[in-house]
Amino acid sequence: MNEMTTVRPSTPRDWETDQEVRWCPGCGDYAILKAVQRTMPEIGGTPENTVFVSGIGCSSRFPYYMETYGFHTIHGRAPAVATGVKLANPELDVWIITGDGDALSIGGNHTMHLLRRNLNCQVLLFNNEIYGLTKGQYSPTSREGTRSPSTPFGSVDHPVKPCAFALGSGARFVARGIDVNKNLPSVLKAAHAHQGAAFVEIFQNCIVYNDEVFEPFTAKPNALANQLWCEEGQPLLFAGGTKGLALDMERLTLKVIDVVDGDVSGVIVHNVKNRAIAHMLVEMPFGPFPMALGVLYDDPAPTFESAVVAQNKAASEGKTPDLQKLVAKGQTWMVDKQPRVE
Amino acid sequence: MASAVHQLTPEEASANPVSEAVVVRFAGDSGDGMQLTGGQFTLSTALAGNDLATFPDFPAEIRAPQGTLFGVSAFQINFGSTSIETAGDQPDVLVAMNPAALKTNVDALKPGGLIIADTGEFGQRNLDKAKYAANPLEDDSLGKWQVLKLDISALTVEAVKPFGLGNKEALRCKNMWTLGLALWMFDRDRAPLVQWLKDKFAKKPELAEANIAALNAGHAYGETAELGALGISQRNVAAAPSEPGLYRTVTGADSISLGLVAGAQLAGLPMFFGGYPITPASAILHSLSRYKEFGVTTFQAEDEIAAIASALGASYAGSLGVTSSSGPGIALKGEAMGLAIMTELPLVIINSQRGGPSTGLPTKTEQSDLYQAVYGRNGDAPMPVIASRSAADCFDVAIEAVRIATQYMTPVMILTDGYIANAAEPWKVPDMSTYKPFPVTHHTALPPEGEKFMPYARDEKLARPWVKPGTPGLLHRIGGIEKALNSGNIDYSPGNHQAMTDIRRDKVANIDVPDQVVEAGQAGGKLVVVGWGSTYGPITTAVRRARAKGVDVSHIHIRHIWPLPKNLGDILRSYEHILVPEMNTGQLKTVLRDQFLVNAVPLNKISGQPFTIAEIEAAITRHLGSDKAEELGPDDSQLPSPEAVNP
Repeated sequence: MNEMTTVRPSTPRDWETDQEVRWCPGCGDYAILKAVQRTMPEIGGTPENTVFVSGIGCSSRFPYYMETYGFHTIHGRAPAVATGVKLANPELDVWIITGDGDALSIGGNHTMHLLRRNLNCQVLLFNNEIYGLTKGQYSPTSREGTRSPSTPFGSVDHPVKPCAFALGSGARFVARGIDVNKNLPSVLKAAHAHQGAAFVEIFQNCIVYNDEVFEPFTAKPNALANQLWCEEGQPLLFAGGTKGLALDMERLTLKVIDVVDGDVSGVIVHNVKNRAIAHMLVEMPFGPFPMALGVLYDDPAPTFESAVVAQNKAASEGKTPDLQKLVAKGQTWMVDKQPRVE
Repeated sequence: MASAVHQLTPEEASANPVSEAVVVRFAGDSGDGMQLTGGQFTLSTALAGNDLATFPDFPAEIRAPQGTLFGVSAFQINFGSTSIETAGDQPDVLVAMNPAALKTNVDALKPGGLIIADTGEFGQRNLDKAKYAANPLEDDSLGKWQVLKLDISALTVEAVKPFGLGNKEALRCKNMWTLGLALWMFDRDRAPLVQWLKDKFAKKPELAEANIAALNAGHAYGETAELGALGISQRNVAAAPSEPGLYRTVTGADSISLGLVAGAQLAGLPMFFGGYPITPASAILHSLSRYKEFGVTTFQAEDEIAAIASALGASYAGSLGVTSSSGPGIALKGEAMGLAIMTELPLVIINSQRGGPSTGLPTKTEQSDLYQAVYGRNGDAPMPVIASRSAADCFDVAIEAVRIATQYMTPVMILTDGYIANAAEPWKVPDMSTYKPFPVTHHTALPPEGEKFMPYARDEKLARPWVKPGTPGLLHRIGGIEKALNSGNIDYSPGNHQAMTDIRRDKVANIDVPDQVVEAGQAGGKLVVVGWGSTYGPITTAVRRARAKGVDVSHIHIRHIWPLPKNLGDILRSYEHILVPEMNTGQLKTVLRDQFLVNAVPLNKISGQPFTIAEIEAAITRHLGSDKAEELGPDDSQLPSPEAVNP
């Protein structure tokens, strides 16, 4: 039965399906798909033990293009389906593919509970700040004033910050990446290495309905000045090492300081286990501050499925499953008369 | 037409008393422990060998303000030396622990019946709360009944004095005093109860002793108080003859949980249960969470949708996914049921129906989710539906649901209701070796060399293969978008959708459902009473009595609501008249009319209370005497008037 199992290490091509990819030409999803397919061989994944579960939206077509097991479910519910998959078979490597509307609007509740329970899986949230599949309505991550078919005069509600939501829900791994950025596979690898729910926000450009919305930090001329790639044990530097993040001790907030002659004293050294730093990084307003990218927080805790398995085991210890005994449980009595003849 | 109300005449209501059966109703404040008293009385009744049926009727409020009309909690038990199928129409004995309990329950009492009232609770304050202008124990308003006035409160406090309890704690033992008296009245053994109290209060022996003392005091009161002078004598109800074997009592929630475990074992599958708390379905989640050694994983999800979605995920991963809820929760699960139908994965969904719509009557019973079960999803979404008729029947129904779900790769809905879920009845412990296993084999065979695996290829039952993720060489993707025949790839083409819709319909329509049997009577005749679900008790008893008087009436009780048994149409057409009693406005009636073009006539009761036997009997009599459906309707004479409950 095992002759089909790949003995040689897999290549990105092994993870491609024969299905025609149907995203709009130029969509950021293509780049993410490539990055995931590049990551899988590097983490030593096996296609038959890998399951991609998605909800509804452009991003959620993703499982059809991965040569693994896949379940394209219903809007917002991928975390719940994935929870059942993982509890039924904790050996499976479960990846949830979702979008800003799917994970934070209709499925916000499930995202929150998946993260707080700490199911061991990867959650890739493709954030394009728009509803693409339904043709361009504003989403829960759209910035205030977003003009869309449903908000012709501009949206008036405050957007949610996905990573702040995740952290607030109790996530033990929070990271950010960009669809076309070369670092995306390394972020995905770190997410996979984390034991527990790993939440990754991926800035994804919607070329049709929200083009260039992330340009202020993704466009080539802006990238250097506005991207801060967080690295464990390294000072939080950006703008080619000329600027850094420091703690404003009086106001208990972050501040940007200039780094002169490579003197990084005063610059916060990134510690992925420090929840306070993570909170400040995800709340940091873009503009006065750069966009924090990479692994913002990574502090593992016991996983949900391992706790469930352990409890199931402990509760079954020393008990033999005897159906006949089970149905005869409780207070019983014997009737030994013959049946009455009516 | 369906809303016609027929008020039973007193003659109709008490025309056919059952010999050798007694109906007792315990009613008190929700804090008085009436459900517990009833439960223990049930156990002693079962141990005495009587057949029995119970009806717990409790308020929706967790702790309603003391003494109020809406805070009354009641437990009715019908027991006897003959076959008992319902909780009884009219109580013979009413135990009223306070004025509110008396007011909301006394109208149901049989003329000449016995009221046992705790005079200690009939002070002005409680009379006011129950909206009594005058103390009914002191005027002649209870003239048509016997009244036994006892200061149970004071007698209890006296009995437990040696144990040094505070007044409040001492009064908590009132229910045991009352139970002691009831046990004396029916000549019951106190020993099992004493043991039960010792176990229950193992960590607080003084409470055990106090409760036992109260129980004994109530019993001793019966023995010594010369109640005979009041016309009250001890009654010994003989044991009911029943099939030899081992028996236990079981509620519907217990029985369905056991059936699910048995079903999963017969299928050879681990079970995953995703649930979210909702009345009256939560008891199933509670039961199953204790059966871990049977490979049961239970998951209390964040909401109803996550409960079914996780169960479906578990089914996808190779377990038996099960979820359970009541009407409002089932509504939320609708979209995921559609996904289960589209992805053709096994799933068992239990609906413990309650009064609706919306929040409706959470603690009251109804059968009004039949349309929801059969038709309540977007798209052409056929799904098998099976209904349980009684607490004991839930066991076999659950096994049947697992069999259909796994053999046909389909979600299956079980319909039960609040009455079945909570009511207890004796159950002959089944011999599990007589149940035929239906082992599931997950598909692992690789396709022939050069061919692709077809996840939507089908067997002779039109079921597709069940492949667990983790199986080498059979990688595939599934989802809610329309699937191409065989390959399961996304396919929007018109011909394919037509073909796939037809297949989904045919797969369910052709499920091997046992032929319908005629419960009582025979095919062909003047009148057939067609029921489903928990109306079984009153219908079967009413039809049996009518037949004993020579009336040409038969009884059909439908378990397989969808697909319906293949022979059902022919059977129905063999009768001149078809009467369909339901605790809704006529839902099965509509399905029968649609499927078989027969003149099914409804008999409806939507009061949150089960049908009484007399109501069905009266309907049979009227139906045979009149062809006008307008004259048929439920009886509400058993119920407290709306004014009594909501003054």
